[in-house]
Amino acid sequence: MTEYLVRFLVGGVVVSAFAMLGDVLRPKSFAGLFGAAPSVALATLGVAVYRHGADYAAFQSQAMMAGAVALAIYSVVVCHLLVRAWLRAAPATLLSLVVWLIVAFGLLTLAGGQA
Amino acid sequence: MTLVRFSPSSLREGRCYEYLIRFALGGAATVFTGLVSSRYGASIGGLFLALPAIFCASATLIEKHEIRRKREAGISGERRGQEAAALDAAGAALGALGMLAFAIVFSLMVESSILGAFIGASLAWLVVSMAAWYVRRKMRSVRKARTAEKAGGSAVSRSRCG
Repeated sequence: MTEYLVRFLVGGVVVSAFAMLGDVLRPKSFAGLFGAAPSVALATLGVAVYRHGADYAAFQSQAMMAGAVALAIYSVVVCHLLVRAWLRAAPATLLSLVVWLIVAFGLLTLAGGQA
Repeated sequence: MTLVRFSPSSLREGRCYEYLIRFALGGAATVFTGLVSSRYGASIGGLFLALPAIFCASATLIEKHEIRRKREAGISGERRGQEAAALDAAGAALGALGMLAFAIVFSLMVESSILGAFIGASLAWLVVSMAAWYVRRKMRSVRKARTAEKAGGSAVSRSRCG
């Protein structure tokens, strides 16, 4: 229970810090870089190293590569849905999660579950 | 001309509950990743380190702020809100390349030096993201100049995602 409370607090602080940094930076396309900041990764890998050791964290970061490629494709899909299909931000970002899931799990499967 | 600038006044546009939502979402995403890892293993859990859960909230807030700003100026602002969110998404696509660099450097370094892995991976994210953003910006300005030349200086590219 304490571990999850720590995860929640650390994750909240790191994500908020990156989000606020993105808020104060201009132009908007540059600020967008912080939308894909490894904030959850920093918090989670920190806890993973402490609880399970470096091997476990290395294994997680290898799988993260597939997630990052999926995130790049997801962001492009969101951008096109907003510009070309004129969808609002909430439905565009939520619908595109299907794309993220398909690409991320597809890549993980292609890599034999080892990413 | 400065490429990147600070606009601290933007923080005043945010409402208190919006910051709380981000904090809660960030915390929830980190807890969720931990739960997935312990239930399905490090491999599946690792995928979720790049889950765009926070991005959904950020893009929605950016759109909302832009609409609010335009409404205060007496304009509908819905289209401008979508465009602002699209620009953020284009930036996130480049940031994802940085995230890939983060994962590669972290996995290579963590077994030799934990602190070095965190510092090296964060630097890799920053350098790759910024370099990708700079290259895209340069390419877009060259493309715009060519288009303007062809059309006698009147055409401006409408694509924000390419």
